[in-house]
Amino acid sequence: MGDYKITVGVECHVQLNTKTKLFSGVDNDAVDKEPNSCVSPIDYALPGMLPVLNKAAVEKAVKAGLAMNCKINLTSRFDRKHYYYPDLPKGYQITQMYMPIIGAGVIHLPDGSDVHIEHAHLEEDAGKLSHFGTYSLVDLNRAGTPLIEIVSMPDMHSPAQVRSYCEELHRLMVYAGVTNGDLYQGNMRFDVNVSVSKTEVLGTRTETKNLNSFRSIERAVEYEVKRQIALLEKGEKVKQETRGWNDTTGKTTSQRSKEEAQDYRYMPEPDVPPIVLTQDYVNKIEAEMPMMPDAYRSLFDILNLDPSEREAILNYPVLANRLAESVKKNAQLSARIAHWFSGVLLAEENQDKNFGLATADELIELSDMVEKKELSSTGAKAVLMEMYDRKNTSKTPHILAKEMNLLQENDTDALSAIIDEVLAMSECAKAAEDVRNGEMKAIGFLVGQVMKKSKGKANPASVNVLIKQKLA
Amino acid sequence: MKIADKNTKAVDLVREALEKAKQYEDYHCFISMNEARALEKAREIDEKIAKGEKVGRLAGVPYALKDNYLSPEGVTTAAAKMLDNFPAPITATAVKKLEDEGAIMIGRTNLDAYAHGSSTENSYFGPTANAYDKERVAGGSSGGSAVAVALGIVPFALGSDTGGSIRQPASFNGVYGVKPTYGTVSRYGVVAMASSTDVMGCFAKTADDANLVMDIMAGKDPKDSTTLDKFWKEDLPDPKGKKIGLITDFMGDGVDSEVVRCVKEYAEKLKKAGYEVEEISIPMLKYGLAIYYIVQPAEVASNLSRYDGVRYGFRSSKTTDLDSLYQETRNEGFMPENKRRILVGNYVLSSGYFDAYYLKAQKARTLLINAYKDAFKKVDALLCPVAPAPAFKFGEKINDPLAMYMEDVMSVPQSMAGMPSISVPAGITKDGLPVGAQLSGWRGDDQMLLAIAKSLEGVE
Repeated sequence: MGDYKITVGVECHVQLNTKTKLFSGVDNDAVDKEPNSCVSPIDYALPGMLPVLNKAAVEKAVKAGLAMNCKINLTSRFDRKHYYYPDLPKGYQITQMYMPIIGAGVIHLPDGSDVHIEHAHLEEDAGKLSHFGTYSLVDLNRAGTPLIEIVSMPDMHSPAQVRSYCEELHRLMVYAGVTNGDLYQGNMRFDVNVSVSKTEVLGTRTETKNLNSFRSIERAVEYEVKRQIALLEKGEKVKQETRGWNDTTGKTTSQRSKEEAQDYRYMPEPDVPPIVLTQDYVNKIEAEMPMMPDAYRSLFDILNLDPSEREAILNYPVLANRLAESVKKNAQLSARIAHWFSGVLLAEENQDKNFGLATADELIELSDMVEKKELSSTGAKAVLMEMYDRKNTSKTPHILAKEMNLLQENDTDALSAIIDEVLAMSECAKAAEDVRNGEMKAIGFLVGQVMKKSKGKANPASVNVLIKQKLA
Repeated sequence: MKIADKNTKAVDLVREALEKAKQYEDYHCFISMNEARALEKAREIDEKIAKGEKVGRLAGVPYALKDNYLSPEGVTTAAAKMLDNFPAPITATAVKKLEDEGAIMIGRTNLDAYAHGSSTENSYFGPTANAYDKERVAGGSSGGSAVAVALGIVPFALGSDTGGSIRQPASFNGVYGVKPTYGTVSRYGVVAMASSTDVMGCFAKTADDANLVMDIMAGKDPKDSTTLDKFWKEDLPDPKGKKIGLITDFMGDGVDSEVVRCVKEYAEKLKKAGYEVEEISIPMLKYGLAIYYIVQPAEVASNLSRYDGVRYGFRSSKTTDLDSLYQETRNEGFMPENKRRILVGNYVLSSGYFDAYYLKAQKARTLLINAYKDAFKKVDALLCPVAPAPAFKFGEKINDPLAMYMEDVMSVPQSMAGMPSISVPAGITKDGLPVGAQLSGWRGDDQMLLAIAKSLEGVE
């Protein structure tokens, strides 16, 4: 059964994090708000209401397009997609069927493979229905939220690659600053079109809709592939249909066959004039684009990170940004910072920390302290955690280390005094004599005594050198 | 028109209008009256005048509002059962602008439900009678407004024109009807019919009155992205030396001989007044109606999708589940003509037919626009009748949709091209019915048309 070729294309809806909705002036952020509290007469579709395009949404769409290396269409247009459902107040969704704002492009995945983007278009989100036995309630807070729908080419050939594509798409959108990227809140929703075939001709595809976690994407594709192969092996046919994913059962189920597909009666939107952009406008946005994941990857090359470690850090733009700043300031000290991030900070129990709290300069300072043996690596991690918990940001790593009594003693004068004290002790006379006579084994005892007296803060290597000097 | 000042009280102007409205109640111009609020506003204006405070350019002028404009005063019905009891929470931009200048709405006028029709017989509240013959229709869809002005109840009234809904009733009732260039007046707050040709305009007794009202309503509105920057000026331009083309395609077969006579006489008057008038043929115009009755129902079907009984307006009591909510609500809430247009519209937009109908119509629309552009290389304005015949009798065409649609044959091509077009009283038939002449110009030439019409006012 291994000779089936898997082909997958992905459609992804990204909610843009604009201040107001796509066509009305009300708040676009409905998180924790009362149902139907972020709704204008336009979203409510009162008679006589007209959509007014939000410029910020256009700008974010252009950014998203540039993040995916896509052609930006200087002229694009809106269309109406008609269907009846209580979460769609106008009875049509304003979308871009014929002339989308974002044209073809390509996304490079971390494993080196490419996924081509067919196009991406701007559209408005629908509201939300809640069902309660005999009745249903409509919440229109989300109705009119700007979305871009990103349509990939069928370029993916394994569940893992699909997941990797979706993860990279998520990174790109978050890095471009166009979405909050909160999958739990539905900021990005994925539909996967899956088919299998033994020949060059593509098999019949199914579309599994509304996946909202990377794990469920991978599992749904895996399930569909198995299901379709099993059907074909039994001599049955795969039906072209829309399917839904059940995360609990780990199965996809049929929702709507091709025959039941609606006729959306697309029509040009007469109330919104075409979007006409200039190349200058696009160039200006391009010039202001923040650094994208690929650029971070190149920058981090010098650190020789394990790819999984690197990608884990990339999933947190704040951390990637701090690391990039650190690399630019001092690459040599930055590998340690990267390991701290991936090894300590990203641990489950630290997820609620404010990752922005430590500056690159402070992180370099901390790394330098370890480098200079002023701090043990265990001590450094303790200081690092304290940095993310501190209320007072004027407390530098040095101050924190001192307060936490973790500084290793490198002060030669201070050490010298301690060593003199130790050497003067009667119980050390024998060991000192041995060292003087070239029996270096005995030095361990002396170092141990110094460490004890310094309460562990002395740097053992320095102590070693100093004792040898004194007994030479 | 009379504007309130130290000698003319707004209260008297409004009271007089309200009394006339009562006197002519049997014409059924109005769906609802705004008596108390109108008088209260009039008093406020009189007080301002007494105190020497500044008042607007339409201070105390009573007007009638087509009942598809939203305003919190009363309910907006669009003459449809679907909106039988809809208190609008917002004010249409055009209404806001008029009220800011002191105009006072005395009542909401009758129309074909959702402005679908050419006779006002499609109103859920019953038809409006013609100002010249109670046996005949007012024309439509803005029938109530046209008759209210014709009867002298108000000096001006608002209408909306998608394919002739201001011009045809103006012609049927012997008043001015102004359909401006597409985008001149904001559509915000007006129940949409077909978005790409809907324009807001007015009825008046003189070119100057119409000019004043339009000057106030015109201009860019951030709430309507299709509005144009204001091009309307306070004063009408000098129309001297303008060349006018008499469209021969609309002066022959199928056009009532009395209509032809009246329009020819109007052309003669133009000549006598010193305008150059030449005959012109624009063969493309004959496709106007076919194009319009594809594009317009498509937009109508789309725009009416929001009336689903979920959020506001009528909801059928026969609702048992989601499907019946939609089906019964829309079945009971819409008039037969509304349903006809929804069916046609959905048909031409459905997959498999879209290219053959909608797309082809849009291509033809471009050819039509080009044909007009060519014509305006030769002439400055075009002249033709407004409708093929004068006002018809009640019931004459209501059961023959195609005959009713033919009413629009001379007025829809301009709508499809977004051009300004006005209906001007041109004469009276031997049966005593008014006939309008239609002057059309290229986009933005609205005031030139009014200036030409004004230069003929009082000319016998």
